[in-house]
Amino acid sequence: MWSARQVSLSLIGVPVGLAAAIPAWVAVGPTAGVPVTAAVLVVLALLWVLLRGRYRSWGYLERADDLVVRRGLLFRQVSVVPYGRMQFIDVSAGPIDRAFGLATVQLHTAAAASDARIPGLARDEAERLRDRLASLGEAQATGL
Amino acid sequence: MASQPAVEPVVSSMNTEWSRLHPLSPVVRAGSAVAVLVLFSTQFDTGRRRTGFPWESLVLLGLGVVAGVVSWLVTRWRVHSGDLQIETGLIRRQSIRVPLSRIQAIDVISPVIARVLGLAEVRVVVAGRGTGRTKLAYLSAGDAQRVRAMLLALAHGLASETPEPPAVPLLRIDNARVVFATMLTAPVNVLIAIAVLAVVASFLVPRGAATASIAIPAIVGVVPEVFRRFNAVYDFQLAEAADGLRLSRGLLQTRTETIPFGRIQAVRWVQPLLWRRFGWVRLEVDVARQRSSQQREEGSSQLARTLLPVGSREHAAWLLQRVLPGASPVPPPGSRPPRRAVVRAPFSYHWLAFWHDLGRHAMARTGRVRPQVVVVPLEKVQSVRLRQGPLQRWLRLATVHIDTAGRGWQARAVCWDAEEADALLWELTDRAREARRRGR
Repeated sequence: MWSARQVSLSLIGVPVGLAAAIPAWVAVGPTAGVPVTAAVLVVLALLWVLLRGRYRSWGYLERADDLVVRRGLLFRQVSVVPYGRMQFIDVSAGPIDRAFGLATVQLHTAAAASDARIPGLARDEAERLRDRLASLGEAQATGL
Repeated sequence: MASQPAVEPVVSSMNTEWSRLHPLSPVVRAGSAVAVLVLFSTQFDTGRRRTGFPWESLVLLGLGVVAGVVSWLVTRWRVHSGDLQIETGLIRRQSIRVPLSRIQAIDVISPVIARVLGLAEVRVVVAGRGTGRTKLAYLSAGDAQRVRAMLLALAHGLASETPEPPAVPLLRIDNARVVFATMLTAPVNVLIAIAVLAVVASFLVPRGAATASIAIPAIVGVVPEVFRRFNAVYDFQLAEAADGLRLSRGLLQTRTETIPFGRIQAVRWVQPLLWRRFGWVRLEVDVARQRSSQQREEGSSQLARTLLPVGSREHAAWLLQRVLPGASPVPPPGSRPPRRAVVRAPFSYHWLAFWHDLGRHAMARTGRVRPQVVVVPLEKVQSVRLRQGPLQRWLRLATVHIDTAGRGWQARAVCWDAEEADALLWELTDRAREARRRGR
């Protein structure tokens, strides 16, 4: 998960930073180039810290009857979804996720507002979680 | 070995033969289209000053009739091994199976043309998308009643011949009051105000007719909406039968809805601003059905199911007790968020409240100008969430959401003390689990 974020950050941040810094060096010279480069580095560092905090905030807990998912740094959220209320489970992986062997598990209930998404799980763990949730959901299923 | 005879669910033992819809149903379905076509062709012909016979329209009409008859011929339905099966479509065959145990509600709907011909549509509401297709359009009115009774009996595990249980009328609303109250709700009174202003302007202002004519398209555009709102509450009757609540309403298009007990996901208690001085409230009920984006169902189904279009507070409280025993629309003391929540929710603070009764229902009052109380039976809770934004964290506040299926009404404990909210999250989770266990 963390490595995936690092990658996505460098995928977006480095080209953008270069795009800002190179013209400044070339067109104006060191007078503009040094501050712009410094600013880019500071922004990247800030993003780095924010993303690390965001990464650390994700967490999930499998309890006897429900799954607890915690997330968010600025906007915190704790979701409690009973296994018996799960309608279906989604396991998805984008290209970057796949390159690092990661996957996202998402639980859906009959309520559209329910939000239990666990991103950046190792693929084995994602599959284990999916199978476990599916069997628990079946065992505890309740009608609408 | 003394083998216990397996208890066969009664539902599966009931089968009916394939049957067709009423032969006149293409007429009803094509009715409005034909009217448009006729209007269209006459318009065009006069525009081109043609006096000849409109052959093109006749050909189109003929094609329409053939298509209607074919679609009638290829559509059939039956009840088989606990499912309602509908087969339709000539080129793209479609076969729909609805497990009767999954029925959330059954509606019988008659649009104007169908009513004139004595027909009605039976719509089976199930959770999930694509509910618009699980319908039998159209049957004769008597058949529609019989089919509804049969489906409900089977859904409850009774024999299909079980006669429809007698319904005890609970209430009936005076039409004058309903019309007056509907006029006082926001979209309607804004429209009426526009219309009145336009008329007044056309009399007062010189060349005012031009000004007024600007307002006309707006009025024409919204008249159907206004009418829909009146139609949705006109002649409202609520009855209680052994198989559920029966709601019937409608002026031109009539609707009879049956909501089986235990299918109610949430009840909402709303008090529009202009109703406050009369002490009137409205009660709405939600069953598990998701809004589908691509398919807007016709009629008033976009509006929530009204349990009480307008009534006094006592009346509504009595009805709420009847539907969800133990639920109360009045917050008990100690159900208000702390004072400092004013900073985070300055416009709604005066209404905010959250409370629950002995682990059966959770109730939350929210709203800015118009208070609304959402009552959720705890055994219907889908998930519980705690959210906290930056400002809330600074104020040591948090919001607890209770998510329900269906329309997405949430009971929200907005801006509670962070520690209390955390405790509430786990308490509600536990209580909801107990309620589900009890209900099973």
